[in-house]
Amino acid sequence: MSADASLNVSGPAPVLSLRNISKTFGGVKALDKVDFEVLPGEVHCLAGENGSGKSTLIKIITGVYQPEPGAEIIYDGRTYTQMSPVIAQAEGIQVIWQDLALFPEMTVAENIAFQSVLGRRPRLVSYSKMRKIALEALSRLGVEMDVDKPLRDFPIAQRQIVAIARALTGEAKLVFMDEPTASLTQSETDYLLDIVRMLSDAGVAVVFVSHRLAEVLEISHRLTVLRDGKLEGVYPTTDLTQSRITELMTGKSFDNVVRATPKPDVKPVIELRNLSRAGEFSDISFTVGQGETVGITGLLGAGRTELAETLFGMRKPSSGEIVLDGASVKFSNNREAIDAGVAYLSEDRLSLGLLQPQSIADNLVIASLDGIRDGVFLSERRKNEVVSEWCRDLGVKIGLPEDAISTLSGGNQQKVAIAKWLATNPKLLILDAPTVGVDVGARKGIFDIVAKLAESGLAIILISDEVPEVYFNADRVLHMVNGRAAGWFSPNECTLQEIEAAVYA
Amino acid sequence: MRKMINSNATEVALIGVLLLIGIFLSLSTDRFLTLGNVFDLLNTSAVNIIFAVGLLVVLIAGGIDISFAVAASVVQYITALALGAIGGGNWAIGLIIAGSVGILFGAFNAFFIHYFRIISIVVTIATFNIYFGMLMFLTGGVSIYDLPDWLVTPVILFEHQAANGSWSEITLPSLIMVGCVLATWLLITRTTTGRQIIAFGDNPEGARRFGINIAAMQFIAFGWLGLMSGIAGLVQAHYVQEVVPNALYGRELDVLAAVVLGGARLGGGRGTVLGCVLGVLLISVTQNGLNLLGVSPYAFKMIIGAIILAAITLSNTGLERLLPVFANKGEAK
Repeated sequence: MSADASLNVSGPAPVLSLRNISKTFGGVKALDKVDFEVLPGEVHCLAGENGSGKSTLIKIITGVYQPEPGAEIIYDGRTYTQMSPVIAQAEGIQVIWQDLALFPEMTVAENIAFQSVLGRRPRLVSYSKMRKIALEALSRLGVEMDVDKPLRDFPIAQRQIVAIARALTGEAKLVFMDEPTASLTQSETDYLLDIVRMLSDAGVAVVFVSHRLAEVLEISHRLTVLRDGKLEGVYPTTDLTQSRITELMTGKSFDNVVRATPKPDVKPVIELRNLSRAGEFSDISFTVGQGETVGITGLLGAGRTELAETLFGMRKPSSGEIVLDGASVKFSNNREAIDAGVAYLSEDRLSLGLLQPQSIADNLVIASLDGIRDGVFLSERRKNEVVSEWCRDLGVKIGLPEDAISTLSGGNQQKVAIAKWLATNPKLLILDAPTVGVDVGARKGIFDIVAKLAESGLAIILISDEVPEVYFNADRVLHMVNGRAAGWFSPNECTLQEIEAAVYA
Repeated sequence: MRKMINSNATEVALIGVLLLIGIFLSLSTDRFLTLGNVFDLLNTSAVNIIFAVGLLVVLIAGGIDISFAVAASVVQYITALALGAIGGGNWAIGLIIAGSVGILFGAFNAFFIHYFRIISIVVTIATFNIYFGMLMFLTGGVSIYDLPDWLVTPVILFEHQAANGSWSEITLPSLIMVGCVLATWLLITRTTTGRQIIAFGDNPEGARRFGINIAAMQFIAFGWLGLMSGIAGLVQAHYVQEVVPNALYGRELDVLAAVVLGGARLGGGRGTVLGCVLGVLLISVTQNGLNLLGVSPYAFKMIIGAIILAAITLSNTGLERLLPVFANKGEAK
């Protein structure tokens, strides 16, 4: 099973070695006799779908949770039966949490030097010492930042750097990064990966958790795969491909095939004529026909989302024309766009697309309340009909329709979000980054739905900064650069690498 | 310079507004810019400023408290009775008793907030009613006029006689106020505990993951407000030379408005001592000015309410959104 178990015998002693780690939550085995090993200076990827036990494992290593008896943690040559956050931090185990755990109202210096403010006994704060610590940590990363400004003034990518700098203030030997690139653009991600390499060269072991398999392959030396709380195996990344990793994580095999099919004589649903919006995008023209999927890709800031929001009536174009079903339209708000048959799945599902504390059923019908009205009042019965119909059609796995949407996995949440828009009976569906925060296994389910919708005659615009997603799932791909149409690709007639080369050029 | 203005925008704006009002009042009345009036303002604002810096700490920690003013009334009673029982006492003993009893009241709030996870506004609405109801019930609404001599004798720290023979004085409340302001400033900007309180108010989950003692943060924040309101209660009794059970009733909202005007954020993490003091001063100066201008006292509350609303709208929205001329190109997301 463990592909490289024999390689380690003569290699350096691991900095961290876990044996026989189990953890049960309310009868569910989150981890079942898992072993895990990290070598000094290694970049090690911990992979697995949501719920496979990655976070639980990290929390056990950092002392937030305690493992069940029988576990053994050997860190830096010493054996522990359990960890505590204080020991872990003191011994150089650092975590960069997915939500960063930073303090936006405090200055950059304070955020970085936070541990020095954490003296167990109250004492006076030395701002000069904190600045020194912060500047030192930043210079190790080769970054210059105004450390006296409050963190809230900085964009998310910079905050990520601050979180990393904070992890480096102690004598870090082992750094965990939980989904560090989830909210970064490609160039920011590249920069982060450079930092990870730098840490690795300096002898710091980095354990990397990411959904983005391309990154995993690029950065890691080895890969530990968890599936359903069990160790699936440990593999050197040199022999792996993205589809092989997906297979290991899900236990199913996925073959990516180009879905594009030529659609010569389709009836146009939406036509953009030289659409421009000052400062955001200019001179964009294309047509999406019935049953057609048009992909839009490009780096962050290319104007993709701005274009989508304009089609959806949330922004007004400064010039050009939108023709929907043969008639020129000028939406003054998105309610008009919805009524005209445009649906837009927002890129930020967590904060904009779904109302997290509300029920699955309420989320699903929120955009189509008129459809479930019975006279003046909403009909509970019709609501339930609509909900069960969509959940069946899209294969959404839910407990009860009354459960909060936040109880669903990312993939199922996204399906509910799609169902919400389909319930408005649209002609055009705009999907903006539909797989952010969605497991690889569930991604395929989403694109299956997209393909089925296209077959049924819906016009689809698919926006993604992950080039493979548009390559495999769209009929035509528009590449945008700085708000302009830089080029069109037909997945049938080009390779993935050609598009990627153009996008990342 | 621009950077300094940006990072202290609220304070700079408050100073600007205070100066404008000050200039206007100096030109339109001949009483405003006199030593006597300025000292008066300082002496009368002292109690509110002491309350305000205490409340600031609770707001920074992400809480809110509306029970502190009536708690201060209870403290006045308990302190007056205790002083009577020990046969008089002095300023030091009075401050120790008032401060300790105040801390107990604050800790009582913190106890329910922390151990039973009840949000602070609910807890303090309840304790507000308990404290005030208990006080009125037990005292039957009777005031205490029989206070120790040291407590009712004005302590003059500095005096000056103007050419026309009128006296201007700085009295003890101002000194105690300055002490409380400095102590709070030291706490929140210069100690690790204070920074931890800010971190806790800013991102409670983040603070927890870094091993900050959450219970301690709640007790210190509410305890500090308790201490300040105990002291403020004693100072107020000294200033008016009597203890009246409903004298401080309603003060909590005036103080809360002044602190929020000074830039503290409901929700935690943000707020400065300077802003807080300026917030109280802006309200006192406005009130003082309306008085000197001969405006009906009935209009005071209305005008001050309007000022608070305008100030908070401005600081939340920013000039550029109210005046689209300065707006950036493109829309904010």
